[in-house]
Parts: sequence; structure tokens; C-alpha cells
Amino acid sequence: MEHREIVVVGGGPAGLCAALQAARLGAKVLLLEGDDRLGGQLIKQTHMFFGSEKQHAGTRGVDISAMLVKELKSMDNVEIRTNAMVIGRYDDGALTVDENDEFKLIYPEKVVFATGASEKMLMFANNDLPGVYGAGAVQTLMNVFGVMPAKKVLMVGAGNIGLIVSYQLMQAGVEIAAILDAGPQIGGYLVHASKIRRAGVPILTRHSVKEAIGTDMVEAAVITQLDESWQPIEGTEKTIECDAICLAVGLSPFADLFWQAGCEMKFIPELGGHVPSRDENMETSIEGIYLAGDVGGIEEASAAMVEGYLAGLNAAVSLGYGLAEAEGLRADLKDQLNDLRSGPVGDKIRSGLAKLQDD
Amino acid sequence: MLKVTGIPTTEDVAGVTPPIERLEKGPCAVIECYQKIPCNPCATSCPFGAIVRDNDINELPVIDWEICTGCAICVVNCPGLAIFTVDLSKPGKAMIKLPYEYLPLPQVGEIVDAVDRGGEVVGEAKITKVQEGKAFDRTRLVWLEVPREQAMIVRHFRQKE
Repeated sequence: MEHREIVVVGGGPAGLCAALQAARLGAKVLLLEGDDRLGGQLIKQTHMFFGSEKQHAGTRGVDISAMLVKELKSMDNVEIRTNAMVIGRYDDGALTVDENDEFKLIYPEKVVFATGASEKMLMFANNDLPGVYGAGAVQTLMNVFGVMPAKKVLMVGAGNIGLIVSYQLMQAGVEIAAILDAGPQIGGYLVHASKIRRAGVPILTRHSVKEAIGTDMVEAAVITQLDESWQPIEGTEKTIECDAICLAVGLSPFADLFWQAGCEMKFIPELGGHVPSRDENMETSIEGIYLAGDVGGIEEASAAMVEGYLAGLNAAVSLGYGLAEAEGLRADLKDQLNDLRSGPVGDKIRSGLAKLQDD
Repeated sequence: MLKVTGIPTTEDVAGVTPPIERLEKGPCAVIECYQKIPCNPCATSCPFGAIVRDNDINELPVIDWEICTGCAICVVNCPGLAIFTVDLSKPGKAMIKLPYEYLPLPQVGEIVDAVDRGGEVVGEAKITKVQEGKAFDRTRLVWLEVPREQAMIVRHFRQKE
């Protein structure tokens, strides 16, 4: 049994920043990551980030991760453990951890859950054929392990993930047969769409996959046009040759630990599903449990990082650290979140967060 | 339509095209950024203060073409790869600098297929320079020479087989 001041669960963009901010203020921090390496989605992001300098705009995600991890590792008051998956949170505050196949109990005074999100699946015939991938798996194979996932990919989803992963595949020499999106418009940033389009890849809005074809693996996909009520239009089926179908059809907050802890949860479609209620300091309905990043609402990594700083700050302050600088830091972080969310592409997240405040 | 196909319309492009007289004086940045997203590296990277985002990172960038020198620092710093430079100072020719993140890199002197915003081949272009550097952070700046009338059409290239 261990006692800890602050435990941060999850070593992605939100968790790294939460741990950093709390540690910068002097708190003793334990960072737990279930995977064998830190960085979460950041280490798969080879493109330059959007946002402003404060969220490292213009720097590639993988390099942002390296910078954050380097600073964390240089701090004496931070302990990092990988292959340490938090699998439960109990009423007495205990976290149960599966660490390298050993079962451990850790009692934190404050905890930040930055557990991220999981990918959604899409229903279509033969969607269990090898070669039907989630976009996360494609990125992991390609950018973490250096394995080419396929030769010709049909991408499903023209949000930022679908567009960015398509571009990464093209950079790796993989052909993109087409990018489909069920919606009437491209959901991701149009600059991403334009750079893919000028490289010759068609983007087909109001289209979806009807069926994967193949005996042992994907050999082709049948796509179909959708009408205004999102229903397939008969007679518009087309067969597209490909050896992989990559799904980038949205994310769901990975909120199991909040459920188990008994935090108040709300279903807010704009945020991606069930998310924990929270106050403006990122604290949930249970004192001492904070959240940051996609687990509280699906957003860009830049916002996840700022939320991480904010949650780490408030967890540290609640233990008496950084009282002198807290107010200034907090105001700056809130301004940053506001800047990231205030434009038209922030409409959805703003309306989701507004619903969270309504009772 | 841009939001449906990813291809900006002629009107979209006309709205961000510098005056011909300016382009005839020498290289100038063309910022093909049409959507308000939270992003400002173009403004913060410009060494001359020619690009302004009006204190709100969601506003579209505004460039002062008279201050812009066409140095292309913003071209390699734009996360959206949405900035190009165009130079009409040589008679009959247009020089285009574009951001490039594919391999293999083209060679200086190589003749490539010139491609428009829709991915269609519209002619040929000559590679006149391939720039890289530490400040470029692995985005290469490729210089293309195309016929003058294609200055605002060519935005990509494809190497011949």
C-alpha cells in the first residue's frame, strides 16, 4: 500500500501537462500510464500543431510530447511509471493498479483522471474482416512501430483524425482510395482537406461503407451515397478496391473510473457521450477527483493540454502549493481555453460545456 | 465548394490574391486560409510583422502585401500547409514556392507535372530550388517555375514516373 500526494492517471497530452503543472508548483506527483510509453496520441502526431505558441503551435505533436516528457523526467518530485494501468477506484479513495502484472494499491490525496477516449465502431457487413482498422491502430502501427498497415486504404470519416491519418498514410507511401464522410460537409479543418485534395484524393461527403469484401482479408469495399436523412440511396453502390478500411468515425470518452468512483455523470452528445460533471477548476462532484482532456469531452490535443495544466494546478493548490502564483496562472489558462474554443469550430464544444452547467 | 470537396472556389481564391502589380515587383505570400480555426503561427513567425490575426487566434489572417517580402518563413510554419508565395517579376514566368512534406524530394532542374488545387495535372513545372533547414522543421520549401498564367492555379506537383 502506498500513499501519494497527487496521482495523475494517463500519460497523454492532458496527463503529461497535469503532472507537469502540479510538479512545477512543488507537489509530489506520481504519473501512471497503462501503455509501455508516455505521450498518448501525441507520439503519433507528425503534423505541426494549430493553436498559439502557448500550446506549442507550429511544433509537431511527437516533438511536443518529447519536450513535456523531458521536463517531467528532470524533476525530482515526479515519479513516472509505465505499464501501470489503473483498473479501479474505491470508496476509500484507493486506486487499484495492474503494474507489470502485479496488483497494487495506491492512496492518493488528489487524483487527476486523464484517461482519454476510445474509438467508435461503424456497423457494416463484414466489418470483422482483417484489414478493417481503427484510425488509432493505423497510426500506432505506422508511427510508433514503423509498420505499413496496407497498400491502399479507404478512409471513413473526414474529421480531423480521418484527414490527418490519410495525410500520414500518403506520406508513408500508402495510396488513399477515397475519404468518405456520412455528413453533408467535411468535419475537419479545411486546410487539412485541401492539402489532401490537391494531392489527388477524392473526398466524398454523404457517403458511407455498406460492406467489406474479401475472404481472408479486405479486398474491396462497397460504398454508397446517403440521402439527407442519412439513409443509403439504392443504386448508388460502388465497389472500391482496397486492402484496408480505416475507420475514423468519432471517439467516446473513456470514463469508466469516474463511473466506478460514483462521480456525477451527464450524457452530452456534443462532448462525445457520458462525461463527468465538473466545476471550472476541473474538479468532479467528488472532492479530490479531477479530470482533464478527452475524457471530459472530445476536443483537440491543444485544449487537452491546457485542461491538464488547469487540473494539475488546482490539485496542487488544494494541497497548499503555489498559492502565490495560482491566480495568475489560472486566469491565463482559462484565457487560453477560451481562445481555443471561441471561434466557429468551437461551437460544438461550447454548447456541450454550456449544457454541462445546466441542471 | 470548399466545405464539401476540399477545393476552394474561384471566388475564394480571388479574395486572397494579391494585386498583379504587387506580384510583378517580386515574391509575395498568398494565404489560402478560408476557415476560422484557432491558429496563429503565420502571424508569430513572420519576421516583418506583415501578418496580423487581430488579437483573436480564430480570426482569419490579414496580410499587408506591401510589408511582405515573400521570404516564405510563414509557408513552412503554417500547420495547414495553406500558404504559398507567388512571384511574377520575371516576364512570362511565375515562380511559386510551396510547402512539401513527401518523399522522395525532387531534384533541381527536374521537370514535374504541375497540379492544381483539385489534384488535376494542368501542365509542367520546373523545380528551381529545394530548401530545407533547421527552422523549417522538416517541411521543405520547393520552388516551381510555371507559365505566368498558371501562377494562381498550380499548387502541387507530381514527379514523373
